[in-house]
Amino acid sequence: MVHQYKSAGLNIVLDTCSGSVHVVDDIAYELIQLYPQEKEEDIIRIMLDRHRERSGSGQEALTEEDIRECLQDIRELKSRGQLFTPDTFAPAADTFKERSGGVIKALCLHIAHTCNLNCSYCFASQGKYNGERSVMSYEVGKQALDFLIAHSGTRHNLEVDFFGGEPLMNWDVVKQLVRYARGIEKEHNKNFRFTLTTNGLLIDDDVIDFCNREMSNVVLSLDGRKQIHDRYRVDYAGCGSWERVVPKFQKFVKARQGRNYYIRGTFTHANPDFVKDIRCMLDLGFTELSMEPVVAGPDDPEALTAGDLEIVKQQYEELADLMRQRRKEGRPFTFYHYMIDLSGGPCIYKRISGCGSGTEYMAVTPWGDLYPCHQFVGESDYRLGDIWNGITNPGRQEEFRSCNVYSRPECADCWAKLWCSGGCAANAFHASGSIRGIYPPGCELFRKRIECAIALEAEKQL
Amino acid sequence: MKRIQTLETRNLCESAKNGGCGECQTSCQSACKTSCGIANQQCEKKETK
Repeated sequence: MVHQYKSAGLNIVLDTCSGSVHVVDDIAYELIQLYPQEKEEDIIRIMLDRHRERSGSGQEALTEEDIRECLQDIRELKSRGQLFTPDTFAPAADTFKERSGGVIKALCLHIAHTCNLNCSYCFASQGKYNGERSVMSYEVGKQALDFLIAHSGTRHNLEVDFFGGEPLMNWDVVKQLVRYARGIEKEHNKNFRFTLTTNGLLIDDDVIDFCNREMSNVVLSLDGRKQIHDRYRVDYAGCGSWERVVPKFQKFVKARQGRNYYIRGTFTHANPDFVKDIRCMLDLGFTELSMEPVVAGPDDPEALTAGDLEIVKQQYEELADLMRQRRKEGRPFTFYHYMIDLSGGPCIYKRISGCGSGTEYMAVTPWGDLYPCHQFVGESDYRLGDIWNGITNPGRQEEFRSCNVYSRPECADCWAKLWCSGGCAANAFHASGSIRGIYPPGCELFRKRIECAIALEAEKQL
Repeated sequence: MKRIQTLETRNLCESAKNGGCGECQTSCQSACKTSCGIANQQCEKKETK
């Protein structure tokens, strides 16, 4: 499967199944388009005819010999397994997750099902996940860490995200759990990587010092422009939080020497022109950025409309241009979805298996219940078990184990399938009722993002 | 090749032979939390780089 597109003056050809990326001239671009559909002699005739029609438009002279030479190059790439590579992964795809042998390597600890903000667009219903307000006790958190170690097999790196709601509302327990984990990791030959996602209101010097020692990453929620942020991110008195959190985030990031953090925003129907918010983040001195489309039902006022999607796709192009401009000026910044390492990225197992929700990765509620991921918490049918008894709903877990990009029929003909791994199971579930479905607007935006990301990376390599 | 430049990429077919160690980061865990995408994950297996 081959995908071709033009971006920022480059002709880019992606070979899905080998992961190869080629940058080609206009002639090769056309030849690669024609190659699978026509015989070589017909391709030569078509190209010479086309070129004759265009003659006089100032383009280079094209001879039959030029075409034959380029066709030979295409054949060579094909024989090397870098172009028109057949899809041979499907038969083994179902076995890829079995390789993990039931190992769990990451937990999202719902340290607080409560929040000091009252954002109407929150997928977690203001931190409550459609349930009761609660915070995780030290005993539950400790058992969750023991559960993770006990089920992590030979995995060395274990990830624990402190999530909510607002995890700083249960800060003492966060600190106790980190200390507990640090105290036992060596004897179990493990390395804990902690992360924290926060709205920022309760950040103080203690939080900054502790996180900068212990957290491999912190995710700081900021939607960009003040009027955009304060539209949804308000406290229970209805007051916006922008002016309170921005100075705290700036201090926090400065103390981290500008590394290992993300300013993470959400864009909604109110700001499909989200690059303005990215510019605002840059103006505030932040350079590690992530901006995500809102997770909302189609009838929610904040949901992105079909019209918004077109704007958002243009915005991804504008964002790529902004990155080029800033790169040239020696002021680069990072956008999470444009980070891509073509030579050192994930292997085919990861690309087919996806995020690992429900198998390698699970969410733990304040009560110790296990769910496939944070976005399934509150969906009682998706409760997998608990941290004392393990998986007690093996049928549900099997659904996740057997779900991969090849088990989603709608992904079969998508060129981006080995870049997105079939997408988010929760998004698919909410959009289609099944984790084997897809969320089409998400797919559309993903494809646009990956096109931009690859173009940016290609420019670096050329 | 005169008209085609091939970028340096990881060969996915080859990675079927030496991949699958499982040490890499969970895709959703670090920054987005609302959409899967493994493209920006780093491989933790040093010898593949």
